[in-house]
Amino acid sequence: MLVFALKRFGSALLVMFAISVLVFLIFFATPGVDPAARIAGRNADPATLAQVRHSFGLDRPMPVRYLLMMRHLLIDRDLESFVNRGSRVIPQILQATPVTLSLVVGAALIWMTAGILMGTAAATLRGRAADPLIMLVGVVGVSLPAYWLGEVVNLLTQKQLHDSLFSWVPPPGYVGLGQDPGQWALHMLFPWLTLALLYAGIYARLLRGEVVTALNEDYVRTARAKGLSERRILIRHALRCSLIPIVSLFGLDFGALVGGAALLTEVVFGLPGIGKLTFDALQNLDLPVIMGTVLYAAFFVVLANALVDILYARLDPRARHA
Amino acid sequence: MPEPLLDVRDLSVRFRTRQGVVTAVDGISFSVAPGEVLGVVGESGSGKSVSMLAVLRLLTNPNVSVSGQVLFRGRDLLTLPDKEMRAVRGREIAMVFQDPMTALTPVYTVGWQIAEAIRAHEQVSRKEARARAVRLLSDVGIPDAASRAHAYPHEFSGGMRQRAVIAMALSCGPSLLIADEPTTALDVTVQAQILDLMRELNSRGSAMVLITHDMGVVSQIADRVLVMYGGRAAEQGPRQAVFHRPRHPYTWGLLDSVPRVGGARVRRLPTIAGTPVSPGAIPEGCAFAPRCRLRHERCAERPALTAGNAEPTHLDACWLPGEDRARLRVAADGDRARPDAAADEDVNREVAS
Repeated sequence: MLVFALKRFGSALLVMFAISVLVFLIFFATPGVDPAARIAGRNADPATLAQVRHSFGLDRPMPVRYLLMMRHLLIDRDLESFVNRGSRVIPQILQATPVTLSLVVGAALIWMTAGILMGTAAATLRGRAADPLIMLVGVVGVSLPAYWLGEVVNLLTQKQLHDSLFSWVPPPGYVGLGQDPGQWALHMLFPWLTLALLYAGIYARLLRGEVVTALNEDYVRTARAKGLSERRILIRHALRCSLIPIVSLFGLDFGALVGGAALLTEVVFGLPGIGKLTFDALQNLDLPVIMGTVLYAAFFVVLANALVDILYARLDPRARHA
Repeated sequence: MPEPLLDVRDLSVRFRTRQGVVTAVDGISFSVAPGEVLGVVGESGSGKSVSMLAVLRLLTNPNVSVSGQVLFRGRDLLTLPDKEMRAVRGREIAMVFQDPMTALTPVYTVGWQIAEAIRAHEQVSRKEARARAVRLLSDVGIPDAASRAHAYPHEFSGGMRQRAVIAMALSCGPSLLIADEPTTALDVTVQAQILDLMRELNSRGSAMVLITHDMGVVSQIADRVLVMYGGRAAEQGPRQAVFHRPRHPYTWGLLDSVPRVGGARVRRLPTIAGTPVSPGAIPEGCAFAPRCRLRHERCAERPALTAGNAEPTHLDACWLPGEDRARLRVAADGDRARPDAAADEDVNREVAS
């Protein structure tokens, strides 16, 4: 088990290195892309370009530039933005991280709970009216885009019904968990629900299929022949085995969301998270920030995958020797 | 005859399908006395497994309807409340299934699953259940049971898994064990070991229903035999009688199609002509009639299960005259010899050309 975990983390490090090189090459070595021209502005004369190149270190050989950037990013941690000179990348990311983490962790708790409950309920009630009804709710959740749903939620809670039903809803924005936990939860509530609705639908549908398959397995018949209660058969046998694929999907989704895929929800609800930071940096082609956020995202995706693999091995003994 | 442990009366199982109602088991009656081994034989689809699943009410599909009576120690299992039925399953009647590869939950250790069965019926500590699981595993012949109990099902071979499943079935000392083709998925040497194990269990006093399509297995272990065809009983009786004086043409076919080790070598292993009836298309009369060489007008009517002249416990469902079945069997064999020879000639011609 320990060896497995170590091996997994070794390969995770390798993946992160490869990603950093790739991102660096995409933004600095793609033919026709000249960061200096972008920074210097339109119609800059060659002297200005040369000066910009020199002051941003863009005239040095590629490997040196890569190493310098990594040193500034990881060791000195003083990498500066190209666009707003003087503003450092790492603090920006560190500031945005708790926002995104609050959003995604909260939403994940909601969607996993809702997804597992809905999926299991639909699977046990299959053949009755409740099953297609639950699945319909799931489809609706999957089909509503976050930006639309978020805007509608904002419209209702901030404008139309703000004076009556939703007077307790604070204006969009973020309040730190450390500052005021109550306000934090209140500010995050609708973003959580909006983000969770989409994923709850996907997970409920997936889990329903898994549980229905599991309930037809021979081992469920064995469990029933042992004289176990239906509830125990469902939870300890069928659901337990059905969770294995769900967990691996969850790892991928969670990593991607923490890495910035919650962008739409963040923008709609005015949350200054990683997605928003990356989005702004991309619009300005602010390479150091992009580099920082991409590496940060890669870190979470890789970390989540590594954790999932380890969890997977815990959940499924058959995976341990593979 | 002692009071039967299990007395099944007129058991029918019907499936509602898109093509209409399909009768998988059609009015089967049988009984098992304490300590007795009943062998249930028949081709695939003859309703053997379904009838046993119905006995334990393990047919959970809402499109299944079961009728009749299943009296176990005088109580009708089909009308028992769910909770009392759960107390019967595993504790009084245990079941072993055909495919040991999929019969165990893959994510729990073998020992845990056996302990779970014990704790489902008895108030014992985790530790005690665990210790009993190890003892059971060692009883069914798993070497080094104490450490093997911590292994997962995928770490066991097929034969060991079937032993583990049997150990689980025995965990609460059931008075009846229903084994649904327990050796079919195993290779021959392991089959023999599992059969030895079953025999040993029987010698310790547990009654058994052994479902199989292997006549060899039945001849080794069963006290009484029930031959099923198309969801109905074709023949039923003590093993000696069924094997030595078979009365139903279907039983003749089953017995003839077993290869023999001694005696003259046959050119071709005899088979039963035609294909097994599908449960959706069972004829009104005798289910076996379309494949029977001795069918006559009477076969359009459904024959009842009746005793032959000499033995009151040897029943069969056939319209042929009760007296000289043995002579009819030989005559029917002669009938068949001719088309067989013709077929062989065909083959020879093909080889020559």
